[in-house]
Amino acid sequence: MAWRDSRSHRRRLLLFVSSITLGIAALVAISSLRQNLAAAMQAQAKVLLGADLVISGRQPFAPEMEALFDSLGGRQAREVRFSSMVYFPKPAGTRLARVKAVAGDFPFYGKFETEPPAAAVTFREGQNALVEEALLLQFEAAVGDSIKIGNVTFRIAGRLLRIPGESAANAFFGPRVFIPMRFLEATQLVQRGSQITYSVQFQLDPNVDADRLVRDLKPQLTRHRLNSETVASRTRELGRALQNLTRFLNLVGFMALLLGGIGVASAIHVYIKQKLDAIAVLRCLGAEIRQTFGIFLVQTLMIALLGAALGAALGVYLQTLLPRVLGDFLPVQLEMNVSWRALADGMITGLGLSSLFALLPLLSIRNISPLLSLRSAFEAQPHSGRDKLRWLLYLAIVLAITAFAMRQMENAVQGLFFTAAVGVAFGLLAGVARLLTRAVRKYFPSHWSFVWRQGLANLYRPNNQTLMMLLALGFGTFLITTLYLTRATLLRQVELTGADQQPDLVLFDVQPDQAEQVADLIRSFNLPVMQQVPIVTMRLESINGTPTRVLQRDSTAGIPEWALRREYRSSYRDSLNDNETLLAGELQRRRTQPEETILVSLEEDIARDLKVKLGDELVFDVQGVLLPTRVGSLRRVNWQRMMPSFFVLFPGGVLEGAPQFQVLVTRAGNAGLSARVQRAVVQKFPNVSAIDLALILTTAETILSKVAFVIRFMAFFSVFTGLVVLAGAVITSRYQRIQESVLLRTLGAQRRQVIKIMTIEYFFLGGLAALTGMLLAFAGTWALARFVFETAFSPAVLPSTMIALGVIGLTILLGMLNSRGIVDRPPLEVLRAEA
Amino acid sequence: MDLNPMLHVEKLSKSFQSGQRRLTVLQQVSFALAERATCAIVGPSGSGKTTLLGLCAGLDRPSSGSVTLNGIQIDSLDEDERAQVRRDFIGFVFQNFRLLPTLTALENVMVPLELRGETNVRPAAADWLERVGLADRMNHYPAQLSGGEQQRVALARAFINRPKILFADEPTGNLDADTSERVISLLFDLNQEAGTTLVLVTHNLDLARRTQRILRLRGGAVISDERTDGEYKARAGADARE
Repeated sequence: MAWRDSRSHRRRLLLFVSSITLGIAALVAISSLRQNLAAAMQAQAKVLLGADLVISGRQPFAPEMEALFDSLGGRQAREVRFSSMVYFPKPAGTRLARVKAVAGDFPFYGKFETEPPAAAVTFREGQNALVEEALLLQFEAAVGDSIKIGNVTFRIAGRLLRIPGESAANAFFGPRVFIPMRFLEATQLVQRGSQITYSVQFQLDPNVDADRLVRDLKPQLTRHRLNSETVASRTRELGRALQNLTRFLNLVGFMALLLGGIGVASAIHVYIKQKLDAIAVLRCLGAEIRQTFGIFLVQTLMIALLGAALGAALGVYLQTLLPRVLGDFLPVQLEMNVSWRALADGMITGLGLSSLFALLPLLSIRNISPLLSLRSAFEAQPHSGRDKLRWLLYLAIVLAITAFAMRQMENAVQGLFFTAAVGVAFGLLAGVARLLTRAVRKYFPSHWSFVWRQGLANLYRPNNQTLMMLLALGFGTFLITTLYLTRATLLRQVELTGADQQPDLVLFDVQPDQAEQVADLIRSFNLPVMQQVPIVTMRLESINGTPTRVLQRDSTAGIPEWALRREYRSSYRDSLNDNETLLAGELQRRRTQPEETILVSLEEDIARDLKVKLGDELVFDVQGVLLPTRVGSLRRVNWQRMMPSFFVLFPGGVLEGAPQFQVLVTRAGNAGLSARVQRAVVQKFPNVSAIDLALILTTAETILSKVAFVIRFMAFFSVFTGLVVLAGAVITSRYQRIQESVLLRTLGAQRRQVIKIMTIEYFFLGGLAALTGMLLAFAGTWALARFVFETAFSPAVLPSTMIALGVIGLTILLGMLNSRGIVDRPPLEVLRAEA
Repeated sequence: MDLNPMLHVEKLSKSFQSGQRRLTVLQQVSFALAERATCAIVGPSGSGKTTLLGLCAGLDRPSSGSVTLNGIQIDSLDEDERAQVRRDFIGFVFQNFRLLPTLTALENVMVPLELRGETNVRPAAADWLERVGLADRMNHYPAQLSGGEQQRVALARAFINRPKILFADEPTGNLDADTSERVISLLFDLNQEAGTTLVLVTHNLDLARRTQRILRLRGGAVISDERTDGEYKARAGADARE
């Protein structure tokens, strides 16, 4: 009976369920990706690190440590890495890059992917460099050309395509250049105060357990402020990052599935409404409630199963695309295999959720009276608010969502938080959508023409799915608009940095004896030296007498580890800059007597993190010399400006003799002049590095557009689900639309009038959905800008308008495509054809 | 024979393709109606009554033959031109009322004038609703009205554009006896008052006899054309026979 009854509606029912297809496809594809990633990381674990153990620090290793390393056995390789300007003579250009001087046979596992492939090995044999592909592309340089790093010119031996264990996204933050270690000294870039990381990489004997070794070495490593990394720790760390990525994607996919679920509920609701007569007749003929309910339940489940299977099949195809979308963010080579577990997971989740959502409208079948077959127009539907089963079903849906979220997050609190967030998000969307539709209806000018009023009125036709469509389309719009607005806000923040005579070029790693010459060079370009700042690196040794290594182990101290372990780059001066405000205490301008207490000025956030107040004692380790200080004042710093700012500011008369380097700040005003200055500086002072605004902008744009691409890919699922729901709703209401159009045509409406009414209806639908999504996106991005990025919200009006127009255009297009053929033929012919 | 009848139907035929078969639902029907005349079309189910009404009102195209309404041959017009004729000269009343569910009673009555592009039509619509006794139901939606009330709204809508001819398709088919009588009285009263030509499709012979002329259809052909001493005589012109 269920099969026979569905005969005339199968295609329509299939469309209902296709709204869950994309959600299931997303889940299957992402779960599959997650499992393939886990398998790849397991298989390529050692390649991720390239060694069994890596130990690194900010100082050359002490003789005691060198002796220790030698005693560990196995094979060793060395790396010294730092940031430096790389000069391309042809065409003349400079760029800040991460230079890695290497010795030994690292990587011990896996290999550098280069072009030509042999370059990965041969570059070590002479004065050669391996240069990241992106950098070569930027300067249109080729293998065989030369680059200059410091005082040494290297021949480009090969293009660096991939480094084991590092994702291509790493290159966004700074392109990498590898040189042989033996030429490092000649570059003269390793000087006192330079920011350098020294690493030793080990291939241990097979019977040595790297993690146990690290545990044993812990006291020495801590004493010498060295960090260690093993295959297990690298895998753990990468696994966490990738898990966050796949979790995020999975949750977005799940949102698409939820939207689809609501779409199914809405469509089945309309379907049942259209079936009221048939159900009442069945009841008249003696069918029990159980039987009529069963007929439609079986229909729904069969179609849901088909939808889930379609979704799973689509998911299997999509998973082959995901590595391409995410390629830059993945540190391992992926081989995508069909994950049966992911397939089963996706199908069960999709089938379960769509069945639960479909049951909601199906429940009303139990209340349909046989009397309806006699008096269909006047039979009131029983009130469903007191239906206990319905409330149980709501509870089951909430529990299902929570269970899914908990499984994803592997954390009950986060799972509950996600469920609550979904509730709030949908509640807000529904609330805003309802508010907007009511406002439009209430304040719509009554003197506007009939077609406008009728187009609007159509949104309220009986059994309308307006709210559902606003939810589905609004959510997609919200995701995409938020993405654009956040991107615009962040880029605007960078752009503002260089506006209005603000500095836009920072030269750093300037040695004290070079400072005046560099300043003169800047002035020779008629540019001002806006700031000349000394920088001294130091670490925090103790707070109020408690050593930081003790505080690190004390979980009750509540001080973040990074604040205790970090290398503080501090400066000294006798006044505040115009981006600083004194909040408490007094600035000690200069210490005049050696016995006078050193009063440092702390930035307010770091003071809060370190849990210190005015008068507290901080002891700093300035490259081996312990320096006791007290907190003399607290400052607020505007970090948005492109000028050196510091967590810790010392008075004059303390650090002048410490190893230091200088930073010079100027404003070039345009990218061309900035590049010329950098070239001149690097040619004359190869150890000096530069960061300019254009570089920051380019980097930010590259990273943001890569991230945006991934999010857009996921947002596509929501938007497309929204469109499928829209198509379903339009097709469901096609019969009503035809009746209305035929009536209007009968009453004498012209073709263009009927088309205009339909277009206006879809315009309102798309417009209200876009407005709903955009309002929430503006609110969301404002909150992100205010509370997360702590910057001014930049309302990107043009992209937002384009998105809104796109959503409206798509809605109208889809609506009109589904309504075609209604207005071209004589009214009676249309009625006969559709009967 | 009236030289300028309000409705002139000439050898009208309509057939459809039904699977492999060609189905003729109307064959060679001819008749004419003068201005202000009233006529009922009766016949058993499937005799072609509604098809004939649809063709006369320009809701469909004939397979052959012609329809001239108010001097305009409408079968040769395109869909928009026929819609214009309906808008300017025709009123409709349907068995199932056919009100727009998204509009209030008042707004439903305003539709024909608004489709003409007229503005400030609210007072006229309110006036018509008052005349059909629904002054207090103006802002109700169709779903909030009884069947009789919905049909009265449909009557107000049919007359508001002062049509030359009114087509009524089983106007009491969905109403109980008492309500039917009230609606029919109202229909004939308004029709007489407005001097509109009336074409009424019905199964109800008593109702048919209240018109001046009864056309009987069977198998798509006119089997009799009977003049009655109908309740409302035509005031001007005699009905024209071919």
